[in-house]
Amino acid sequence: MRNIIKIATRNLLRYRRRTILTSILITLGVVAVLLFISVSGSFKSMMISQITDSMIGHLQIHRQGYLASMDSLPLNRNLKPGQLARVEQALKKLPEVAAFSPRIKLGAMFSNYAETTNIRLNGVDPEREAATVPMLMKRIIAGQGEGLLAAGEILVPELIARGMKVKVGDGIVLVATNRDGSVNGQAFTVRGILEGISGPGGRDGFIHLNDARSLLRLQDMEVSEIAVRLHSMAQLEAVTQQLRSTLGSQRNQQDQPLFAVHTWEKLTPFFNIARMIDLMTLFIKIMLVAIVLVSIMNVMVMAVYERINEIGTIAAIGTSPARILWLFLCEGLLLGLLGTTIGVVVSLLSIRGMAAAELSFDFGRQKGLLLQPSIALSDIVTVSLIVIAIAVIGSLQPAIKASRMDPITALRHV
Amino acid sequence: MTLVTARQLNKTYLSGEIPVHAIVDADFTIASASFVSFVGPSGSGKSTLLNMIGCLDPPSSGSLEVAGQDLTTLGSREAARFRGKQIGFIFQDFNLIPVLTVFENIEYPLQMVQNWPRAERRQQVEALLAAVDMADQAGKFPHQISGGQKQRVAIARALVSRPQLVLADEPTANLDRETALKIITLMKSMRDDSGTSFIFSTHDPKIVDNAETIYTLEDGRVKTAHREAKDA
Repeated sequence: MRNIIKIATRNLLRYRRRTILTSILITLGVVAVLLFISVSGSFKSMMISQITDSMIGHLQIHRQGYLASMDSLPLNRNLKPGQLARVEQALKKLPEVAAFSPRIKLGAMFSNYAETTNIRLNGVDPEREAATVPMLMKRIIAGQGEGLLAAGEILVPELIARGMKVKVGDGIVLVATNRDGSVNGQAFTVRGILEGISGPGGRDGFIHLNDARSLLRLQDMEVSEIAVRLHSMAQLEAVTQQLRSTLGSQRNQQDQPLFAVHTWEKLTPFFNIARMIDLMTLFIKIMLVAIVLVSIMNVMVMAVYERINEIGTIAAIGTSPARILWLFLCEGLLLGLLGTTIGVVVSLLSIRGMAAAELSFDFGRQKGLLLQPSIALSDIVTVSLIVIAIAVIGSLQPAIKASRMDPITALRHV
Repeated sequence: MTLVTARQLNKTYLSGEIPVHAIVDADFTIASASFVSFVGPSGSGKSTLLNMIGCLDPPSSGSLEVAGQDLTTLGSREAARFRGKQIGFIFQDFNLIPVLTVFENIEYPLQMVQNWPRAERRQQVEALLAAVDMADQAGKFPHQISGGQKQRVAIARALVSRPQLVLADEPTANLDRETALKIITLMKSMRDDSGTSFIFSTHDPKIVDNAETIYTLEDGRVKTAHREAKDA
């Protein structure tokens, strides 16, 4: 095998210009794919963390059926105190869980004593909410202070604050209908104005969990959902499966599962954008495959054509067809390896350069988001293996042709 | 001892739709350690006959036995194996592998065809390099040596795996007279040393003069002319 590699290497060096041009082509393809993966991956993970860290959390637990009717914010599908305790118990047992926050979600009328409008609200425990969605604090564009909010205070979404002309320190009234249909009102002080973000819950207001209970006249400690934050997003699938397994044994009277565990992917339409990015990455990879395949095939077809007489000679002196096949496959493999190695090095340097340049971009209402391109080792390995495999596959047809060549015909070739 | 036996050997191929009888009812034998020349005008069938003896081209009919092996029964893989073991080739254009050095070109059949151990390969190649007087050129590539030197390397490569038979197709055609004579002398002395038979197809009177047995070909028919070889 060492001799085959030696001969293949020398043949590549023999046609130096062609080898360099083909390697450059493969290198450009590898660089394009790895840079795209790193930049789109950075954009994707940034957007995911924006959504999960400022509103949704990594996963949420509801009572079965709540999510399907979430638009109407139903109070009759809340988790009851016993159910809440069971979920909390399950969550506390998992070391992967960093924090979790029970929420009461409700719709209410928002009045500034002159005008009234609708508002969607989250009743939260401020400390637990801040630990579960740490970027929520950063969304407060006016009225920042100690803690998220206190009892009797409200964080008003930016659009409502502007439309209703309320500012920090103003008094407002919330009126809500409870589960029995009776109406209750309660006065609040505007603690802060909250920046709106894309996605579900991005334009909701926040009040204290106890205020939500008193506004809705809830006697028991019941909640609409529990948002959960993990130490690492990489643990999401495992934790979700574990929670589903732990909580799955709890059944309702219809023998249906009592709880539903949803990852962020099920809770936001941004997941579709993330999937589109993945799809685009796939198409870019397919283009890379095409570039490598065409360039390697072209080079190897030329290599076989130019060396017909040599092939005839080595076949005549007894070289087996399998060895001749390997000689040409090895050339393709080495070309792929060369292009891939240079491509990976150039890509890593470019990614490091882009990270050092601290490039920023705007996404919707969010300005100056910092691009932090990075690439996982698994992506480098995957792309490299694809390119090298395609280089070998691209060499296969010319190599087979060489190995099956009739020695006499080949020796007569001029 | 007989090395090659041909009986009623025929080779017919199609040129378009027209059958061409390249070899017709050839009958001959070649002994071990002989120096044999097939002569004849262009198109008389010399190369076709050498290709059949060299197991590169199967006969259309008849029988052909080389080193005790019936060549008509071999598939392409077996034929490659047989060539690698029993037959050496010397070509008109030398056909050295341009990316290999002189040493590596000679070593090639032992390494890539017969898988000899490294130490034995080195010993055998060095012996052949010395025999063809190319030991001081071992590290050079083919483009760095002359035509005569290339043919010496080709002879060494043909003999390195100790074949019973070396086939040489116009081996002196691209060499000047003096070099050609040296090459013929070398091949003859190699035959004497190794006992390997040399079979040529040639126009070259220098080879014909040195051949111990001459077969003349006319329109694919083999005619024998025995003669005593003179010293080259």
